[in-house]
Amino acid sequence: MTLNGWIQILVYCGIVILLVKPLGGYMHRVFDGDRTLLSPLFGPLERGLYRVCGTSEREEQHWTTYAVALLLFNLAGFLVLYALQRLQGSLPYNPAGMTAVEPGLAFNTAASFMTNTNWQNYGGESTMSYLVQMAGLTVQNFVSAATGIAIAIALIRGFARASGKSIGNFWVDMTRSTLYLLLPFCVVLTLAYVWLGMPQTLGAYVNATTLEGAQQTIAVGPVASQVAIKMLGTNGGGFFNANAAHPFENPDAISNLIQMVSIFAIGAALTNVFGRMIGNQRQGWAILSAMGVMFIAGVAICYWAEAAGNPLVHALGIDGGNMEGKETRFGIALSALFAVITTAASCGAVNAMHGSFTALGGMIPIINMQLGEVIVGGVGAGLYGILMYIVVAVFVAGLMAGRTPEYLGKKIEAKEVKMAMLAILCLPLAMLIFTAIAVVLPTGVASMGNAGPHGFSEVLYAYTSAAANNGSAFGGLSGNTPWYNITIGIGMLMGRFLVIIPALAIAGSLVAKKTVPASAGTFPTDGPLFVGLLIGVILIVGGLTFFPALAVGPIIEHLAMAHGQTF
Amino acid sequence: MSNSKSASIMDAGILLPAIGGAFRKLDPRTLARNPVMFVVAVVSALTTVLFVKDLVSGGGNLGFTLQIIIWLWFTVLFANFAEAVAEGRGKAQADSLRKARTETKAKLLTGEDRTKYKLVPGTSLKVGDAVLVEAGDIIPSDGEVIEGVASVNEAAITGESAPVIRESGGDRSAVTGGTQVLSDWVRVRITAASGHTFLDRMISLVEGAERQKTPNEIALNILLVGMTLIFVLATATIPSFASYSGGYISVTVLVALFVTLIPTTIGALLSAIGIAGMDRLVRFNVLAMSGRAVEAAGDVDTLLLDKTGTITLGNRQATQFRPVKGVTEQELADAAQLASLADETPEGRSIVVLAKEKYAIRARDMATLHATFVPFTAQTRMSGVDIDGSSVRKGAVDSVLAHVNQSTVAAHATRPGSDTVRDLQAIADEIAKSGGTPLAVERDGRLLGVIHLKDIVKGGIRERFTELRRMGIRTVMITGDNPMTAAAIAAEAGVDDFLAQATPEDKLKLIRDEQAKGKLVAMCGDGTNDAPALAQADVGVAMNTGTVAAREAGNMIDLDSDPTKLIEIVEIGKALLMTRGSLTTFSIANDVAKYFAIIPAMFAVFYVAPGQTTGPLQALNVMHLATPQSAILSAIIFNALIIIALIPLSLKGVKYRAIGAGALLSRNLLVYGLGGLIVPFVGIKAIDMIVTTLGLA
Repeated sequence: MTLNGWIQILVYCGIVILLVKPLGGYMHRVFDGDRTLLSPLFGPLERGLYRVCGTSEREEQHWTTYAVALLLFNLAGFLVLYALQRLQGSLPYNPAGMTAVEPGLAFNTAASFMTNTNWQNYGGESTMSYLVQMAGLTVQNFVSAATGIAIAIALIRGFARASGKSIGNFWVDMTRSTLYLLLPFCVVLTLAYVWLGMPQTLGAYVNATTLEGAQQTIAVGPVASQVAIKMLGTNGGGFFNANAAHPFENPDAISNLIQMVSIFAIGAALTNVFGRMIGNQRQGWAILSAMGVMFIAGVAICYWAEAAGNPLVHALGIDGGNMEGKETRFGIALSALFAVITTAASCGAVNAMHGSFTALGGMIPIINMQLGEVIVGGVGAGLYGILMYIVVAVFVAGLMAGRTPEYLGKKIEAKEVKMAMLAILCLPLAMLIFTAIAVVLPTGVASMGNAGPHGFSEVLYAYTSAAANNGSAFGGLSGNTPWYNITIGIGMLMGRFLVIIPALAIAGSLVAKKTVPASAGTFPTDGPLFVGLLIGVILIVGGLTFFPALAVGPIIEHLAMAHGQTF
Repeated sequence: MSNSKSASIMDAGILLPAIGGAFRKLDPRTLARNPVMFVVAVVSALTTVLFVKDLVSGGGNLGFTLQIIIWLWFTVLFANFAEAVAEGRGKAQADSLRKARTETKAKLLTGEDRTKYKLVPGTSLKVGDAVLVEAGDIIPSDGEVIEGVASVNEAAITGESAPVIRESGGDRSAVTGGTQVLSDWVRVRITAASGHTFLDRMISLVEGAERQKTPNEIALNILLVGMTLIFVLATATIPSFASYSGGYISVTVLVALFVTLIPTTIGALLSAIGIAGMDRLVRFNVLAMSGRAVEAAGDVDTLLLDKTGTITLGNRQATQFRPVKGVTEQELADAAQLASLADETPEGRSIVVLAKEKYAIRARDMATLHATFVPFTAQTRMSGVDIDGSSVRKGAVDSVLAHVNQSTVAAHATRPGSDTVRDLQAIADEIAKSGGTPLAVERDGRLLGVIHLKDIVKGGIRERFTELRRMGIRTVMITGDNPMTAAAIAAEAGVDDFLAQATPEDKLKLIRDEQAKGKLVAMCGDGTNDAPALAQADVGVAMNTGTVAAREAGNMIDLDSDPTKLIEIVEIGKALLMTRGSLTTFSIANDVAKYFAIIPAMFAVFYVAPGQTTGPLQALNVMHLATPQSAILSAIIFNALIIIALIPLSLKGVKYRAIGAGALLSRNLLVYGLGGLIVPFVGIKAIDMIVTTLGLA
């Protein structure tokens, strides 16, 4: 580890923290329907959209109505994306002449982009037409992100409102987050990326003659616009197969920094929106602190493991950290940082190959995802995910303070605990069960790129990434097989909707409750005690669930390496 | 119930029957009420079947498997034992209550004449029957005195042997079946049928027969079931992982891991904690009608307390004589004492005493003075004496002024607006402002001055309110006094707020307003007019001396009729919740050590490098447990024994301290969270050493 590396990490953290308040304030105004700088521009369009949908910004929905609207909207998006892929051969904007995507892969990809996962069992430049990339994938990049934000806002309303019935209007929340938040920021980011050298064209792939005289086809396309939303909406699906390691998708250190910041920007700011909406910003900062501590710890371990390198390689006389699978223009510090950010935030974009990390360095991304993507997390998903853990933490801790547990004045009772446990339970269900089947199934084992614990980690990583709606891959695993296409697709759907429905149910249950004013008998949830408690609960619940799986994967690989054993 | 409530936890009279109870509770229908322990029983049965199969076919490590199975069953039995011990403590009390419920004969009245009755068995009485109870009789069932007054020994219920007065009308009309009339007679209208009397309810409550899961218990159970399911997933996937890694894990070992991981500690003790919470209240002479009420007590935000009897001593006392201009203190004191000679109220007596002590005016005998006593009535609001044509009156200032005005002999000086009247009113206002009660005194139409009656705030009550404030509970004093007086007493006692000139409707409204703000309200009361408020309050503590209506409306009954006990009731409620939370935290924190014991043992032979005997995961065996078998056995033994070790704590409860919620939480987190992490490391290592020394594994 170097001082320079740590300075880069801290500068990154500083920028994210500085963005939290202004962005949070802006988002708060947007979702409260207050006037913003962009209102004159988008106001008429917004109201027009409501008229088309047959709703209005004053119309409010019960949580079940909200949930049904959300599910129908996502189903429609899924079907459109599936159809686009299957029919791309006969549709326009296909200069490279891509043929129809086969059904299993199309299902996997549709589920993947609809759930904000962006797991890619395909190579972008060799499978998808420009139309599918833009009208299919990029549209889902926007609306899946907006869906996540909408759910988070609805859940916050559950805490913020008292004795109410409704948790907002799904169509309004969707429209506002797309129009006022994602679109304008993406326009700015796209321009910045183009300025930094990313391609943005609808023209055909470029043919070049190399110095040796050989012919080479260079893939280009509308890259910058997709990268903008891919990072801001924590989608992570790359235009190119190499994702953010590709020089056209991530040309230099500046573009790398902008991308890393935009991954965390909305997720971190949502904690501030939370604080503003419930009328106490300290509560939001407390949640962000818990996320921040776990994030820094993850970065420290990952960076340390990568910088320390592999003793077996050192024995061969090659000093230094582990550079395998990393881009020299980013180096160890920024690769480790990017890996932790992208897995903490449910983004899934990669600028280095996680499978080439050391066993411990590669374990951190797995743990980040197994904890349920609550360290900042996916846009919206991170906040509602951590609120599930908060329900559990507050429940146990509240009892220890001698009171029926309450959070922000809302009593946490059987229904909330039940829903939070359901949401937490669905992760090991999808991650462990599918892994357990895949590692004994011949077709599952055949796809592994390595033997032993490393191969195990590849499969564990795949299902973990799917259920956590992350989308990054460990590398090594050939995922484009019927078995993996279907099971990973199901895992993504489980990880998304088995959390969303309980989260909305909790919102519906909380919104009806009275808000009890705080007294000396309620323990403060905006101080270090609560932050520590929350971290403890997340680590213990998550850790206990996945310890056996990690033990036979990265842990045993690391310990074996010390004995000189490799796989 | 006797007053010696020191049945210790290690009482053989409870422990021995509890062992039998532990086996009886193996009945699947009983076990099914506790999901965590039910799961343990199911997997124990499963391993037992597999063991028998292995026994027949021969093979497997039979000695080791047998030991695991034995400890699995012990885990279930220990949980049952904990519950049986908790119940046993209640049973002992129920038995002594049953003695009071012996078969009695009732004198069923056939008409209005109290001499005409027929003897019937007490159990045959119906609601609405009228019975006669005379000195020496046992009251056959719960009822209300409709005629007469009697002294009653209620020791059977309260443990207090001093007799209490029960009379018709007013707030002391309720009588309880099983108590004994000591003197006089009363006519009682039966209000509870046989089997539904207060005594019957008490017996079933202390026995826990009617026990239902409370809302918080249900929520906690859901959490525990959720954790159990998570560990089902975590352990059920291991065989596949093992098979991939080229190893094999036996069902016994898997079951051992599973049982040690699921929250058995809290699962085993949960119902014992609930029973013990109710029991603690009973020992405190408070009967909670439901566990829900005990839980609600821990959550109370606002406490409504009657001023009289709770905050102040029941009675006001004379502290000063304040004459108007032109009258000496001696003269006023003399008249005041005269007016109070026959006044048997505590206030009246305190006037006589004050006059004697401060002005050396000896109390005189009414008879020798030829005085006639004029008692206080609600209409005149005055009392006094008439002596040979002269009259002395004392009473509320307005009433005395009105009386003087009407008096034909009224001098000019007592007309409204005169100096004397203004002087008197100034004194009275001053006294009222200081929280006292002014009593005006007149003699033959001449205003003499004012007696200062003062409420005496109970010693130590201020400190108790400070403590409540630290607990986060707001206290509201309820009084019929005027706002000025109420404010002064409220300030002196240190309550947070007061409700003056309170009518029953005001009380009800106050409770509803607080509840609308999301607060939980506790109050205590005894009168019939308290009943609506008691029913509305989240925790309504009815005094045992109160009316039937009040006792029906409340969800707790204080057998000692001591309103200050609300504070302890809140503490017991909080202790109950804290015990649950602390043991849950302890239980989950334990898992870390158990993983470090079992995972290296389980995966000991995976990926063994050439030339090595153990696999790389042996590095995780931080406790250096001797062998894989001893490690697994030690973990499961620890898991079972910790249940036994924690029974005393779950029965006694984690002590509540009014140090603020944050401080309390960090304290409990440190003790039960951090303790829960460390203790099993030490415990498992110690057991491993014993197991290895004994050669068990």
